[in-house]
Amino acid sequence: MLELRHIGFVAADGDANKEILDDVSLTVNEPFVAITGPNGSGKSTLAKIIAGILTPTEGKIFLDGEDITGLSVTERARRGISYAFQQPVRFKGLTVKDLISLAAGKKLTVSEVCGFLSEVGLCARDYIDREVNASLSGGELKRIEIATVLARSKGLTVFDEPEAGIDLWSFQSLISVFEKMHARTKGNILIISHQERILNIADRIVVIAGGRVQKDGTREEVLPGLLAGRMCPALQG
Amino acid sequence: MDELEKMLLLEIADLHKVPDGAYNIRKNGEADGRRSTPHIRIEPRRDAKAGIDIFVSGETKGESVHIPVVITETDYKEKVYNDFYIEDGADVLIIAGCGIHNCGQATSEHSGIHTFHVGKNARVRYVEKHYGSGEGGGENVMDPTTDIRLGEHSRLEMETTQIKGVDSTVRTTRAVLEAGAELVIREKIYTHGRQYAKTDFSVQLNGDGAGADVVSRSVAAEQSRQEFTLRIDGNGRCHGHSECDAIIMDDAKVVAIPALAANSVDAELIHEAAIGKIAGEQLLKLMTLGLTEQEAEEQIIKGFLS
Repeated sequence: MLELRHIGFVAADGDANKEILDDVSLTVNEPFVAITGPNGSGKSTLAKIIAGILTPTEGKIFLDGEDITGLSVTERARRGISYAFQQPVRFKGLTVKDLISLAAGKKLTVSEVCGFLSEVGLCARDYIDREVNASLSGGELKRIEIATVLARSKGLTVFDEPEAGIDLWSFQSLISVFEKMHARTKGNILIISHQERILNIADRIVVIAGGRVQKDGTREEVLPGLLAGRMCPALQG
Repeated sequence: MDELEKMLLLEIADLHKVPDGAYNIRKNGEADGRRSTPHIRIEPRRDAKAGIDIFVSGETKGESVHIPVVITETDYKEKVYNDFYIEDGADVLIIAGCGIHNCGQATSEHSGIHTFHVGKNARVRYVEKHYGSGEGGGENVMDPTTDIRLGEHSRLEMETTQIKGVDSTVRTTRAVLEAGAELVIREKIYTHGRQYAKTDFSVQLNGDGAGADVVSRSVAAEQSRQEFTLRIDGNGRCHGHSECDAIIMDDAKVVAIPALAANSVDAELIHEAAIGKIAGEQLLKLMTLGLTEQEAEEQIIKGFLS
C-alpha cells in the first residue's frame, strides 16, 4: 500500500517559485487506481515524486508502512516501485533484450524476453536484438517501456499516461496488460490517464486540478460526474 | 608461452590455444610461431623491415589468419610492417591485435603498419584489438597505421577496438576505393586516467559506386583526451557516411573534426557527430529498474561500446 501524506511541491520558475502540488494526500490500496485531471495539474509531478525522481518540498510518502520519503530512486525500485515513463528514454547500444533483462534483474532467455514483448503486441523476433534508439518509433518505444515494467512485476507500478503514443495498438490490449500484471503481482497499479476507457477499469479515481485533490472516490462515485460535467480537459474521449 | 602471454593473447585475439588455420605470433620482436596453409602463405618480408607478407589466394573461402603481437618487456620499442596481398575473389577473416604488459618504468611501444592490397570482388573482415596492462609506471604506446587499397567491387570491414590499458595511441587509417568497392569501419575506444587517443581517418572514394561507412564510438573518462579527425573525399558517383559519437565523463576532453570533400556533383556524403555526457534520464530509467547510479553508468557504457 502506498500512502501520500500532505505532499507539496514547489518548483523554481525563473526568479519566482511556482507551486505545483499543494497538500495532496491519498492512498493506493486497490488493484487499479487512476489519477486524472487537466494538463498541467501536477499529475506527472506526483508520479515522479512517488518514483523518487523528484523530492517533495513538503509531506511524507509511505510504502507498506515504511517512510520512503528520503529514499533514492534505486532504493525505492528495490522496495518494489516500478515506474513507466511517459516519454520513454532512448539508449544507443542497449538492445531491447538488454533493457528487459536489466528490468527483470537477471539474464533472461530469449523465450522469456519474447514473452514480455508478445504481451505488449510486438513481434519478438523483429525487436529482440534492436537497439533502443532513435530507429524505433514513439509507439514502439512506449510498448518496450511497458514491457520493462512487466518484466519487473513488482508491488506498485506507476504508469504515467500509458496511452500516449500507443498508436495502432488497441486500448483493449493495454488494459489486458494491466489485468495480467495485477493477476501476477497481486500488487497495486497506479495509472495517470485522460482516457475514459482506462478510467473505466479503475477501482478508484482521483481527480487532481490546480495541484490539489478535487475528488477522490470509487469509479461509481467519480466517473459519472466526470462524464456528465465533461470535466474536459480532464477527460479526452 | 607463459601465463602472462596467454592472457594477452586471450584479450586481443580470443585465443586459448594455437589457432586453426594460418597464423603468425610475434613475441617481443621474435616470431613465436608461424603456419601457412594451402591458400594462405605467410613469409618474412623481402625488404629489410621487420614484419611479414601475407598472401591470400583467390581460392580462399571463409578461412582465417591470426597475427597477434605480444610484448612483455619494458623499454621495448618496435615498428612492424605487415603487407596483405588479397587476390581477386578471396574471402578471408584477419585477426590482428597487440597486447603489451609493461611491468617496468620505461615506455614500451608497438607501431604496426598494415597495408592491404585487396583484389577485385574480394571480401575481407579485419579485426584488431589493442590492450595494455602492467603495474609499472612505464607507458604502453601503440600507433597503428592501416593503409587500405580496395580493388573494384571488393569489400573490407574493419573492427578496431581499444578498451583498456593503452596510454597513448595515434591511429591512422587511410583508404582508397575503386569503382563499386565498399569500406565499413567500426571503431570503439575507451580511455581513462591520463590516456590520450587520436584517430585519423582518410578515405578517397575514387570509383563510381564506391561507398564508405565509418562509425566511431568512444568513451572518454577521468582526465583522458581524445581527438577524432576524419576526411572523406568523394571523387565520383559515390556515397560516404561517417558518424562519431562520444560520451564524455569527469574531466575528459574530446575534439571531433570531421571533414567531407565532394569533388563530384554525384558524390553523396553525410557526417553525424555528437559529443555529450550520459543523459540524466538514461541514468534515471535504469535506476527505476533497481540499478545504482554507478551500475547504470556501467551498463550504458557497456552497451554503447558493445
